[in-house]
Formats: sequence, structure tokens, C-alpha cells
Amino acid sequence: MVIYLLRRIGFILLTLFLASIIIFAATQLLPGDVAQVMLGKFATEQALANLREELGLDRPAYVQYFEWLGRFVTGDWGNSMVSRQPVRPLVAARLRNSAMLAVVALVFYVPLGILFGVIAALNREKPLDQIIAGFSMAFVGLPEFVTGLLLISAFAFGLAVLPANSSIAPGTSFLKAFPSLILPAITVSLTGLGYITRMTRASTIDVLNTEYARAADLKGLPRRRVLSRHVLRNSLLPTVTVIAMGIGYLIGGLIIAESVFGYPGLGRLIVYGIQRRDVILVQACSMVVVMAYSLSNLIADILYSILNPRIRYR
Amino acid sequence: MNGKTNSHSAAKEGEPVSRDQLDFEPTGLEIRNLTITYQTENGPLDTVRDVSLDIAPGEIYGLVGESGSGKTTLARAVVRYLADNGHVKRGSVLLDGIDLLRMGRSEMRRVWGSRITMVHQDPFRSVNPAMTVGDQIAEMARIHMGMNRAESRKRAVDMLSWVRMSDPATVARRYAHQLSGGQLQRVLIAIALTTNPHLLIMDEPTTALDVTTEAVILDLVRDLLSEYQTAVLYITHNLGVVARLCDRVGVIYAGEMMEQGPVQKVFKQMLHPYTLGLLGSVPRVDVKKRDIVLNTIPGYIPQPDSLPSGCVFAPRCLGAEQECRRARPPLVEAIEQSGHWTACRRWQALRESSRDFAQSQGKREYREPTTEEIVLDARRVKKYFPVSRVRLWDLLRGRRPLVRAVDDISIRISQGFTMGIVGESGCGKTTFARCIAGLEKATAGEILLQQRRLHPSVSRRPVEQLKKIQMVFQNPDASLNPQVSVGDCVARPLALLGHLSRRQIQERVEQLFEAVNLPRDYIDRLPHELSGGEKQRVAIARAFATNPALMICDEPISSLDVSVQASLMNTLMQLQDTKGTSYLFISHDLAAVRHLSNWIAVIYLGRLWEIGSAVDVFRPPQHPYTEALLSALPIPDPDARQNRIRLHGDVPSSVNIPSGCRFHPRCPRKIGPVCEQEEPPWHDDGHYHRICCHIPLQQLAEMQAGEGR
Repeated sequence: MVIYLLRRIGFILLTLFLASIIIFAATQLLPGDVAQVMLGKFATEQALANLREELGLDRPAYVQYFEWLGRFVTGDWGNSMVSRQPVRPLVAARLRNSAMLAVVALVFYVPLGILFGVIAALNREKPLDQIIAGFSMAFVGLPEFVTGLLLISAFAFGLAVLPANSSIAPGTSFLKAFPSLILPAITVSLTGLGYITRMTRASTIDVLNTEYARAADLKGLPRRRVLSRHVLRNSLLPTVTVIAMGIGYLIGGLIIAESVFGYPGLGRLIVYGIQRRDVILVQACSMVVVMAYSLSNLIADILYSILNPRIRYR
Repeated sequence: MNGKTNSHSAAKEGEPVSRDQLDFEPTGLEIRNLTITYQTENGPLDTVRDVSLDIAPGEIYGLVGESGSGKTTLARAVVRYLADNGHVKRGSVLLDGIDLLRMGRSEMRRVWGSRITMVHQDPFRSVNPAMTVGDQIAEMARIHMGMNRAESRKRAVDMLSWVRMSDPATVARRYAHQLSGGQLQRVLIAIALTTNPHLLIMDEPTTALDVTTEAVILDLVRDLLSEYQTAVLYITHNLGVVARLCDRVGVIYAGEMMEQGPVQKVFKQMLHPYTLGLLGSVPRVDVKKRDIVLNTIPGYIPQPDSLPSGCVFAPRCLGAEQECRRARPPLVEAIEQSGHWTACRRWQALRESSRDFAQSQGKREYREPTTEEIVLDARRVKKYFPVSRVRLWDLLRGRRPLVRAVDDISIRISQGFTMGIVGESGCGKTTFARCIAGLEKATAGEILLQQRRLHPSVSRRPVEQLKKIQMVFQNPDASLNPQVSVGDCVARPLALLGHLSRRQIQERVEQLFEAVNLPRDYIDRLPHELSGGEKQRVAIARAFATNPALMICDEPISSLDVSVQASLMNTLMQLQDTKGTSYLFISHDLAAVRHLSNWIAVIYLGRLWEIGSAVDVFRPPQHPYTEALLSALPIPDPDARQNRIRLHGDVPSSVNIPSGCRFHPRCPRKIGPVCEQEEPPWHDDGHYHRICCHIPLQQLAEMQAGEGR
């Protein structure tokens, strides 16, 4: 198992390294000139050249890359090209917001998705299964701005119990922010709910059809014990991986939902940075998102190896 | 009905559950006129019809039948665990006088595991991979016997030692993937016996195991159950297992009971042509070799929706008369009070004619080919693989351990001869064959085909050489493209490797189909429209398309029913006679190897231990490993006398090969430290019969003859 984990960690470091190259290259390809954007249309050639030299933009790309990487690893993520402020605190604050939203969403949709999936599997091919299948299909398919707007009109305007705008101030405590988190969390949960339901259903049906699940039945164990100890213990393994993929998405991929609710998460920060050609900001945000993906995958791998004795005892 | 009243008293030491815990005397299982129906797209189908059988407490009843005969369906119905579309239409199933069919679902759940337990076919798939095996035994004790956590843990360890597991406390903490098939099957038996059930159903429990492990498990079952008052329903397709283990036997065909009676009587005097056919299609190691034609049962088992109106076996019965096809004959007791029942109305005629079962197998004119041309000469072939799972410890010491799958094997095959290779699974026989075919690149050694050196890799061999070596694999489903008609499948090597016109190819395909006894109109069918045996015939036809000099058959018949196996073996022999092809025949089935082979090589842990003519290898002096393999083989004759030589433990891993003689840790005839320290020498017994052992041949022969075979 030690080897397994070392290998996974090594793999993640490699992923991060490759991702950093791609991110750096991509930001270099962004159309437009940073110096031009910063100084405006009427800047003189001399001023532009000075600024480029100051920012190091005139040196070869690989030198810029390694310098950037070295600074990034040591915690110096640079100053925003637009506001001239350090980006790290900004990104950190947004990451915190995104993490809060992710936690609420996960706590909402993971248990529910597993529950629906198991219910569907136990009632396979029956009406209940088909109802659940229909809903999860619709959830996966509906765009977030549609569900988001529906929820706003129902709960914020119709019932008037929850805020329509979730633009919380920086540093708001979790408890204070909670009411603002509910609607966006539900909105972004629906996709994940559909995926987890369908994944759990499929793997549970597989395990229910195994010889050992039948053998457990014929051992005369109570149905609940058969399900918990023999079926779910094995059938939830693939679900763990799906959950991990979901975490990465929740941290960095919620551009639409954050926009609909005006929620200050990482996704919107990236869009903001791209719109203003703020290369430093985009790089920092992208790296954070990649790290979030990698970390959640690592956690999933660890969890997987703990749940799966075939990996634990290797 | 209360299955739990026996739960709360403690058991005596040594014996898992004492008999006085039973709430009343077990009276065994009685199945009366059971008819089982499945709802299908074509309406209801009766897959099991009017079957009755009794099993007394302490009795082992063998239910024998081929696939599709309904034996597993019957077992499922007894435990009320039929698929959703199946139900019992008529009949009763009484256990201790209580009708199980009248019980509700929740009542059955209390019967399961306490009154009735099951041991399933595939031990690898019947154990939960995410739970220690100890916990899987302990939960039986907790649920059904009301034990607490600590007591049930202790019971699990006791049960493991009861089924003679070495080091039970350690094994209890293991997971399924850490144990071997034999160990897992012991675990399943331990689970099944924990609650001292009144009925134990074993569904092909040894089919997935090696013959050596099977023998150990069968001994264990026999010995353990003699101490229980459990009625055992033992389902198998193997008549040899029945002869070794069971008290009574029932032969089921197409969902109906054909013959039933005490094992001694049935095997001595078969009163149904189906039973006779089954027995006749099994090759035997103790009956003359190769010059008999195996019995085959023509045709196929009828589907439940197209049953004949008369006797269900009549369409395949060589002796069927007009009357047989008119009305279904009842199951009658042949001789009064004998307990021997048959559903054949011609049983009296059979009794006259079937005195000697060997007579039912046809004689065959067989002469060994006289040519001395060596087709295959494999010299000192080795194949090492790097270990796929590296341990940290090895890595730190800079070691990269090797799996020595094939470690110095040399064989020669002359033209028209068959070399059989036998050994337990994991001994390297398949890897060796794949090296010869070039599918694995041999690490060292030379392979010569007709005096020409072959490149180790198949992709570097010229077309002429490719044509000369062909291979038939175990699983025809995996070796035939499901999208391509079987005719095209056979035509493909012809098109690739020969210079033939379209018409010539078509003609050749037709000839090949004829040679493997497949009807011509099968040519356009897709693989899924064929039965397993027919698919294997297609695979054989394809292999013969290029007129190979050497055919490698890797367990070609193992996944098929015995009667189908027999007809395939006959086809293979017929093809060899007409084409003069040499065979390398790999199988774990010693009887089949013996039947087909002129020469036999015995392999263990990647090395050759004995090689000789089929006759010599099967009689003393033998290598102790060969002797153990033979002794393990269940012979379909309850009176067959076999030495009880058993190999304990599992085949060691090919990474840590034992020192000295590789076989010494399991050798029943080990003579001392010399076996552990020195590699054994080769002895020559004449006629090219050679044995690699520290024990001199003379002494081996005396030991083995002395105990009488």
C-alpha cells in the first residue's frame, strides 16, 4: 500500500508539473498585450517597453516559466497586473468561498445520490427506478442557469425565504454565509446528484448480482446486514472516485452558477482575470484549481485503498 | 417453525455444534413431484418436471447432469431462491417434515443459514472481497447462534481449524484475494457447517479447483460429514466425484430424473441409456488407452419448449423404439426393494447388454505412426517474467524479483504423435505452449520446427512457419470474432496465408467443416448461434485450415460438457489419423490427456519431472508428483482402488522457488535433507521414460507397487 500511495503522489506531482506548463503556455497565448491593457491605448512606445522590461515580458518564455514556477512554489504568486496587489490573498479568499459552497453542496448531494442510487438498484426495472432515472437524467441535462433561476424565483421571490443574491462580503463566517449558500449549492448539486445516483445504481446492481451477494442472502443474514456489509461495502467503491471528480469541479468550474447568484467564488475570479488579461491572476487561479482536483483525487485514492483490501494488502 | 431455538446454548470443545442443540430429530429432505416453471417471452416453460428425491440425515446424494439439465434450478427451488421469473408449479419440498414451499420470505430467511446452508461453485466469487474470511464465518454464529462478537470470532477460528486449515487464527484475518482456491473452498465449507445445518447443498464445489485440491476437499467433505447428521445434496457433472463421495445418485436430464439409486448399484448396473452414455463418454485412466472410441451422445439436450412427446431422451437414444417415442415412461423401481429406479422402459434389455461398460465404448484400430521425423524440438526453454507487484522491501534492496514461469523445459514431438502436458494450474504449461507458438517470447532456449529454428516472437516468424503451428484455445467465445460468420473465420487464415482463389477458399472451408463434423449450412452463421462444442469445432477447423504440422491445444475441451468433450476428442483423433498432424495437448484433466496422448510430460513449478509414453507414465515407477496427480483423480467407479496420496498446501509461487527438489515441500515421498539441498538427478527407465527424483527407480517402483493400485 505504501508503494501504491507513493506512486499516486508521484503521479500527482507529475500532473501538477505538466499542468503548470500548459497553464503558463496558455496564458502566454492570451490575445492582446498586457502592457497595452495596463497602460491604455495612448501609451507611448517607450512606456510600453519600460513596463515590459519591468514585468520581465521581454525575456524568453522558458526563463519566464521557471522563474514563475520557482516563485509560485515558494509562495510568491506575484502581483496582479491590473490592481498591482498581491494575488495570493485574493485567490485565497475566493478559494475559501468556493470551498464553503463545495462543502454544502457535497453534504447535500452525496448522501442523497447514494440513497437514490441504492433505492433505484433495489427496485430495478420497477416504476420507482424509472422515476429516479428520469429525474437524474433531467438533473444532469438541465443547464445551471435554468435551475438556478427557477430556484431563485421560487425561494427568493415566491416564498421569500432565501436571498436571491449570494454576493457575500470577503471573510463572512460560514454560519453567516449559510443562507446565501443554500440556493447556489442546490443548483450545482443537481448535476452531481444525477451522476452519483446513476453510478451508485449501476455498481450496486453489479454487486447484487455477484455470487457473494447471493451467498450472503442464503446465509440467512438480515437484509439490512446483507446490504450494508456485503453489497454497499463493495458497490460504493466506484462512487468514491466520482465524488472526488466532483470536488474539483465544485472548486473551479462553477462559472455559470456563480454568475447567476453573484457568488464570489474562484470560477468568477478566473473569468474576471481572463477578461482583463491579468495573466498572473489567471495563472494563480488555474494552479489552485488543478491542485484542488489533484488533492481530491489523492484523497479518493487513499479512501479507495482503505476501503479496498485488495489494494491495502499489497 | 422457529429456526433459532437451537441458538443459545454453548457448544462443546472440539466439535463446532453439539447435536443436542437441535430442537428435534432431523428427518432429512423429501422432494415430491417438483415441477418448476419459468416465465419467458415464449410463455411459461417447465424446466424441471415431476422430480422426486429423498435424502436421509447423514446421507450424501449426488445429483448428476449436464449443463441445462435443471440441477441448479432444482437446488434453487429447494432453497426458495429462484430467479424472479421462476416459480414452483407443483410439488412439495419437505425438510424435517415441514413444507418449505409454504413458508414466507422472512421465515425462509431464518431457515437459510441455520437449517439449510450452501457451498457454491466458484470459491473466488462466493466470498466477499471486502471482508475478512473470519468475519464471514463469525457472522453466521452471531446471527444464527446469538453469539457476541468475541465468541463468534473464536468460533470462526475453531471452524477454520475444524476444516483443517493450517494456522487458522491468521487465515481468519485474511481477505479473499490473499487465499488460494482450495483455502477459500474450506472457508465456504466452514461457513456452511458453522450452524450444523440439516441440509447442505453443494453446487459443483470442486469444479473450479485443481484435481489435487479437489481430492483434498472431497476427502475433507467425506470425513467431516460422517460426523454430522446433515443431509447433503451434492450437485456435479462429474461421475468420478459421485463415485468417490456419494451414497446415492440421481441422474437428471432435460429436467427429468432418468435414473436414481445407491451409488454401488447404479455404477455396477446402469439401467438408463443416458447414464451409460455419460459414463461411456468419460475417458478413464484405468482402462486401456487410445484404442477405444469414446461414446458420444448424438444430438442436443432438448429445450423445455420443444420437448419430445415420449421419453425425453428418445431422440438421442440409439436403442429407442416406437413405443419410447409415444409415451413418457414413468420412473420405476427396477428390482423391488433395491432402491434403484429408472425411467427407461427398456431397462431389462439394458441389464442384459451392459454387463461390461467398456463394451459400450467402440474399439478403434490404432497403430502408432512409424515415422521418426521430429516435428517439434524444444530445447531448454525458459520464460521469466518481471514481478508485476513490487514490494517496497525488494525495491530498497535493489532487487527485481522474477517469476520463473517456465524454467528449463525440453520436449520433442515426432510426426503424428501427441504429447500431453499435465500439471496443476500455475505450473507453467500454458506459458510453455505460448512460447512455442511465439505468443510469449522465450527468455532462453531454442525451438526447432522440422529442424528449423523458430524466432521467439510470432511477429518475426515467416509465413511458412506460421502456417505450420496452429493453436486452439480453451474459450472459443474469446477466440472467435462475434461479428464474423464462422465460415469467414475459417476462411481468414486461408486468405492470409495461402494463395488461393475465392472458389478454392470456399471449397476448402466446406471440406474443413466436413472434417470437423459441422453441417455445411453452418458456414454463414455467427458464433453466437452455435453451441460451445460447435464453436470449438469451428476453432479446430480454423486451426487446420493451413494444414499445420503442429497443433497446440490449450485445454480445448475443459469448458464443455462431458458428452461434448468426448465427441471433440474423437474428432481430434480422427483428424490426426487422416492428416498426420502432431499435437501438443495441454490439460489438467489427466484422463483426457491419457486418452489422447502417446507421450506425456509432467510439469511442476516450471520444470519437467517425468516424461515417457502414456503407458509408462501411468504405471510405477512414477515420479511422486505424477503418482499424487493420478491418485487424486476421481475415477467413475466406486470400487476403483486408488492409493490415497494427497498433496497438501498450495503450489509455491514461482518467485520463491524451493531449494533442492522444487517439489520437496509437498512431496509425500520425501526421503530427507537431500531433497531440500540438492537438485534431483534424472533416471532413465528405458523406452525414453525418464524421471527426475532422488529416489532410485527400483525403490520408487517397489513403494508404489507395494501399496497396490
